[in-house]
Amino acid sequence: MIPTLADTATTIQSTLEGWELSEGWAMFLAAVIHVSLVAGFFGLPAGIFIWAERKVSGRIQDRLGPTRVGGKFGWLQAIADGGKLIQKEDLVPAAADGPLFRVAPYVVVVSSLAALMFLPFSDGWIAVSLDIGLYLMLAVMSLEVIGVILAGYSSGSKWALFGGMREAAQMVSYEIPMSICVVIPVITAGSLNLNEIGAMQSGWAANWILFNDPFTFFAFFIYFVCATASCKRAPFDLAEAESELVAGFLTEYSGFRWSFFFLAEYASMFAVCGIAVLLFLGGWHTGIPGLDPLINGLRYTSESWVFSWLANLLGFTVFFGKASLLVCVQIWVRWTLPRLRIDQVMMTCLKYLVPISCVLFLGAVVWPLALSFTGHTTWGSPTGNRAAPAMQLQSRDAVPPSTSALRLPRLPLAASDSNEDAGR
Amino acid sequence: MTEQTLFFIFAILAGGGALGVVILQDIVRMAFSLIISLGSTAGLFFLLGADFVAATQLLVYVGGTLVLLIFGVMLTASGPFRRIKMSSGETLLGAAVGLLFFSVIAFTVIGVNWQAVPSHRQVATTPSDQSGNTSRAIGMRLVGIPADAEIGLHSDSGSRTGYLLPFEIVSVHLLVVLVGAAYLARAKRHESTDAAQEDA
Repeated sequence: MIPTLADTATTIQSTLEGWELSEGWAMFLAAVIHVSLVAGFFGLPAGIFIWAERKVSGRIQDRLGPTRVGGKFGWLQAIADGGKLIQKEDLVPAAADGPLFRVAPYVVVVSSLAALMFLPFSDGWIAVSLDIGLYLMLAVMSLEVIGVILAGYSSGSKWALFGGMREAAQMVSYEIPMSICVVIPVITAGSLNLNEIGAMQSGWAANWILFNDPFTFFAFFIYFVCATASCKRAPFDLAEAESELVAGFLTEYSGFRWSFFFLAEYASMFAVCGIAVLLFLGGWHTGIPGLDPLINGLRYTSESWVFSWLANLLGFTVFFGKASLLVCVQIWVRWTLPRLRIDQVMMTCLKYLVPISCVLFLGAVVWPLALSFTGHTTWGSPTGNRAAPAMQLQSRDAVPPSTSALRLPRLPLAASDSNEDAGR
Repeated sequence: MTEQTLFFIFAILAGGGALGVVILQDIVRMAFSLIISLGSTAGLFFLLGADFVAATQLLVYVGGTLVLLIFGVMLTASGPFRRIKMSSGETLLGAAVGLLFFSVIAFTVIGVNWQAVPSHRQVATTPSDQSGNTSRAIGMRLVGIPADAEIGLHSDSGSRTGYLLPFEIVSVHLLVVLVGAAYLARAKRHESTDAAQEDA
């Protein structure tokens, strides 16, 4: 039996019940432990990436970046920043709409924190495992824009209002190609469950959905552009635009509420990169031939829970490393490319990204059918446990066409059943 | 016990948010209390195990419609904080319509014989059976396959379309609305540019 995080929660709950606590209290405490873990993953990437951002931007601009705080590389810089921000006065401008101004940072933080609940960090290390995990995660992440718009509107400042309006326009349009690009690997995998999609891509790197067909390959890049835009990172940081709009929707904010926006920005950068890793880049699998089956053997078949826990820890490291690499690309792009104008941002999305992603979507739908007609299988290897839909379609000459069309919806069922069996 | 507590929290938030929409006067504050109300309704759906409906509620209403609503207010507002002032006649009319609608719902709820309802669905509160697994069943229904039946068995039963046809009809209607909105917006812009040229 694999000790998934959900099982761990059950065991936490049952342990607490063993201590003569009532069921409600045990569940409450188990939930608190879960939330603290997820909140840790909310703070940890933010701390690392704020330091990385300062260091990388320094190097790109031929500076050293932070050097003093915490020894040689200034690695305590993020904590020093946080300490400085907590000490600042909590200002609300007289022209602002007070309650909305105060509540806006919390909307942003809560939505980007809640999105991490549905992100599997390793096989089964997920706070809430749902069949519609990806869908729900995108839904929760789309709430972040409400906080930004509220902040822009309630500040009572023209700079902030402009920033909020731009953010709204940008988010509403970039959500479309981003969602279409997310659907492409979902079609390939046949599941919306992020844990299942990640588990399918074991074996070597050719089993990653990125290399499944040309359409998923290009969809990854379109997704990454849209994800960068959805985190309002440069070259799409129109909501802040510090050279035009002072600081955009952040103009009137200071101190801890200001830092909430930044914590949320870095956490959602990590979240969108985590989605990219799970959907395209093999999730927690290393992609090295021969290594993944060994780790999977450790994870699924070993008697002791210590080994499967260690395997999951290794998977977590791999996942975190891949996601951090993508975040570093976002940082690199931010300090390399100049900002686009708002009309260029909208044109990029509506005239290029939306049509390209629609074509990729069509292609990804047609690809398995075309493969099955020509008799080829997808790439991939015997070391992987990937059940590509194209391979299943090949058995169509064995059964009449009408039933073969009926067999299609059954595939995800079969895949999930086998996974659940493996889980038990 | 736990699910009852959660139910009351979400129910109070949903009801309070809805009241806030009626009572508050600033449009964006109204929109925010609508966010609270709709989000809590999504929470109620989660409690019922309808995870797909809850996620759709969040994505479509909270993340989509309300963003457009606030966006529209920001685009059209002339002053800094737009307010709605209603005359007393409008308030009375609105209250009458609201009361009528409330009584329709209330009588329907009272009219149901709740004792005869076979069994209340056990709400999944333990983490291991949190997953409502409704997305698959909804997808099967959409293409006309009953989720509980074995696939293959009912291959030649009567209605094969399922809910796909109504769904498509609704989406074509939405497309018509979108095209109409785009047409109206374009026409208006031409007039305004003409006017601007005349002014110049």
